[in-house]
Amino acid sequence: MALTGLDIFKQLPKTNCKDCGSPTCLAFAMALANGKASLDQCPHVSEAAKENLGAASAPPVRTVKVGVGEQEIVMGDETVLFRHDKTFYHETAVAVQVSDTLSGAELDAKIEKINGLVLERVGQKVAINLVAITNCSGNAATFKAAVEAVAAKAQFALLLVSEDVAALEAALPAVAAKKPLIYAATAENWEKVVALAKANNVPVVVKGNGLDDTAALVEKVAAQYKELVIDFGSRQQAKTLAEHVNARRLAIKKKFRPFGYPMLAWTSATDPKEEILEATTYVAKYASIVVVKADEKHHLLPLFAWRMNIYTDPQKPMAVKATIYEIGEVTPDSPVYICTNFALTYFAVEGEVSASKIPGYIVAVDTDGASVLTAWAAGKFVAEPIYEFVKDCGVLDKVNHNSIVIPGHVAIISGKLKEKSGYDVIVGPQEAAGIPAFAKARYPQLMK
Amino acid sequence: MATNILKEKYSSKINTVTIGATKEQGGTRTSTVTVGGDASAPFLHYEGEIPLKPVAALEIQDIAPTDWDPILQKVYAEVSGDPVTWAKKAVEFGADLIYLKLAGSHPDNGDKSPEECAKIVKDVLAAVGVPLIVVGSGVEEKDNAVWPVVAEAAAGENLVIGSAQQEKYKSLAAACMVYKHKLLALSPLDINICKQLNILITEMGLPAESILIDPSTAALGYGIEYTYSILERGRLGALQGDKMLAMPVLLQIGYEAWRSKEAIAPEEDFPNWGNQEERAILWEAVTAAGLLQGGANIAVLRHPESLRLLKKNSEELMVKPEL
Ligand code: B12
Ligand code: SF4
Repeated sequence: MALTGLDIFKQLPKTNCKDCGSPTCLAFAMALANGKASLDQCPHVSEAAKENLGAASAPPVRTVKVGVGEQEIVMGDETVLFRHDKTFYHETAVAVQVSDTLSGAELDAKIEKINGLVLERVGQKVAINLVAITNCSGNAATFKAAVEAVAAKAQFALLLVSEDVAALEAALPAVAAKKPLIYAATAENWEKVVALAKANNVPVVVKGNGLDDTAALVEKVAAQYKELVIDFGSRQQAKTLAEHVNARRLAIKKKFRPFGYPMLAWTSATDPKEEILEATTYVAKYASIVVVKADEKHHLLPLFAWRMNIYTDPQKPMAVKATIYEIGEVTPDSPVYICTNFALTYFAVEGEVSASKIPGYIVAVDTDGASVLTAWAAGKFVAEPIYEFVKDCGVLDKVNHNSIVIPGHVAIISGKLKEKSGYDVIVGPQEAAGIPAFAKARYPQLMK
Repeated sequence: MATNILKEKYSSKINTVTIGATKEQGGTRTSTVTVGGDASAPFLHYEGEIPLKPVAALEIQDIAPTDWDPILQKVYAEVSGDPVTWAKKAVEFGADLIYLKLAGSHPDNGDKSPEECAKIVKDVLAAVGVPLIVVGSGVEEKDNAVWPVVAEAAAGENLVIGSAQQEKYKSLAAACMVYKHKLLALSPLDINICKQLNILITEMGLPAESILIDPSTAALGYGIEYTYSILERGRLGALQGDKMLAMPVLLQIGYEAWRSKEAIAPEEDFPNWGNQEERAILWEAVTAAGLLQGGANIAVLRHPESLRLLKKNSEELMVKPEL
């Protein structure tokens, strides 16, 4: 259970020396209880107090990191059960499996394919995060060779999958500097696997069998080492879902320590599309890592989009700066497109203007980050504010014409806008995807 | 049962609603569909009863849609434009129910009369045994004229008819009351408007148990997070006893998903997004599966493969686990 400010105060030196930045020990204790300070800000706190308070003042879900540098993945540190309560912070990492039964050219081809799983949508790079090398061969030397081959070429962090201590002992040391996640410490092998993880300073997955069994195992492991990720061992969708939801509730609402770690889930379907639907459930409900076999872009893109959506901050719409954007080598003849400053809207339009091969200006009108129709419905993307914005931003001083293209969805405002501004208001297609065809038909002479 | 479990205590549940009526019940359906009754957050069987699985409808239209992607056009090439054979095809594909959009009643799209619409509905009912959801073209005056005639023609069949909206619900609510159909209430991603509309409709005398809600769907990548969060909030409200949020949820997944760029962009233009058909099917299926986790009861889909995927997924989620 969470400690009160008073409980914490009792453990502090009570000297009011202010070194922590708070005016008194009591003020510091209150800040700590509210999650607004961390215990290490007080340099004078005793070891005993640290021990007592450390656990209570720790976040409900521990932060665990895998990989280094550009490949680093941060997991955990979540504070809410619903995104509408605040936000989720650390996106689910996607791990793609590679079997150690592959070798030579086959393995190289697989790694190359996996390295290509970096896509782009709405102006953002989206990609997988881990390569999971599975010890299907059952052989330690084969595993070691595959792990080293993947480590040498793959652009992602590593997940070493073997419950065989000998295989992990063989493979880990050579790649430990990349800080892979190792899988798994089980009831049978945990002492050795955890010692190995500790010695190599890498995080480890604790794999139990259901809620109670896993809690008991995590408690034993955590007494020695806390860089943990949990796998409840279920391979059935409704069960994994129930375990995840229950565990996260206990961690957040009751500060139940054994479940206060990031969670990992495996999909079990063999059909890649079915697998992606399973993964969709786990992204929604709290998996920090989901391990899949799917390795085609068309299967992973929808999962990446779902992950982006679930992890957007509901408190601030993703907005771009409301201003003039130049797409390509614009000239005074270039068309002027009008859209809103909702990031999704802007990037949809930007992508298409760029694909049209006809350079153009885009004016992202300030709609407080609302989409075209949402802003229209709220009166922020109608004749008056659009006219004011276009006039003030000066885009028409840059061109030799006075025409603007508005989204087809707001065709209804064209008359009023024309009347108000005197501009030549052209109604564009409804979806941004129609822009290239529209532009080619209208401005063939400007094709690059 | 494991001991490390924290159950939420809820005082209420989602309404249970049946669509369609068999001969004994005054209709002509060979099967009916019942949804709702959920007494917990989605698929948490350990917490409260989830008696009924989510269901999937396939969307058909009375006229051949011109704006559907070629991938869909290909699937329905033989039947598009003929709602009767199209409906049969949808049943063959495994649809639990048919969602019939009377697109041809739109003034710019053929302007079919209410009587013509009623005949189409009767013909589709005669052709298939599954229950039917019928929606208008969305044009207010026209929908107001079409609804009562369709409702009367299909009296006893226990259809779902939609979509009622904030300023546009009275003629539909009245028709559903008189001819005993279920009403679909559409609100624009706003939980207060959703509630308000349900209050207005029930105040007219239509029981809350005769309403299904569509709190607005957004596609994967295009605002789905708003729909997801509205669904989660609505489900929590209903479980905590808010009767005006306790209606089962219907979502127009197909319509939204198949407008998304990622579903309709050909592979030639976006080689880095891979095969279009697989991607488009999953765009629809992931939109649906994601929203199942928010609390959807009826998914309206377009592609038979996404239907199969979604049904498979909900079956897995309905397996009650040993914890
Ligand atoms: C998510 C959403 C919201 C979110 C806001 C998200 C945001 N940042 O804007 C929230 C929940 C806050 C919201 C609120 C409201 N919403 Co809203 N919302 C939606 C929803 C589901 C998706 C919108 C979206 O993100 N689309 C994706 C973006 C990328 O689309 P877009 O901006 O239109 O851009 C596309 C095209 O327009 C085109 N395009 C864009 N710019 C340009 C430029 C040119 C030149 C060209 C050619 C093309 C082009 O390309 C883009 C991609 O194809 C839609 C319904 C739907 N399913 O679409 C309703 C919708 C837009 N909302 C609606 C309404 C009524 C509202 C509210 C007024 C209702 C209320 N709750 O009170 C409020 C307004 C809030 C306020 N006061 O600001 C209505 C609009 C009314 C109408 N058309 O009759 C809609 C259509 C829902 C409905 N069916 O009733 N909404
Ligand atoms: S630094 Fe420690 S001892 Fe000094 S005021 Fe802050 S809490 Fe008290």
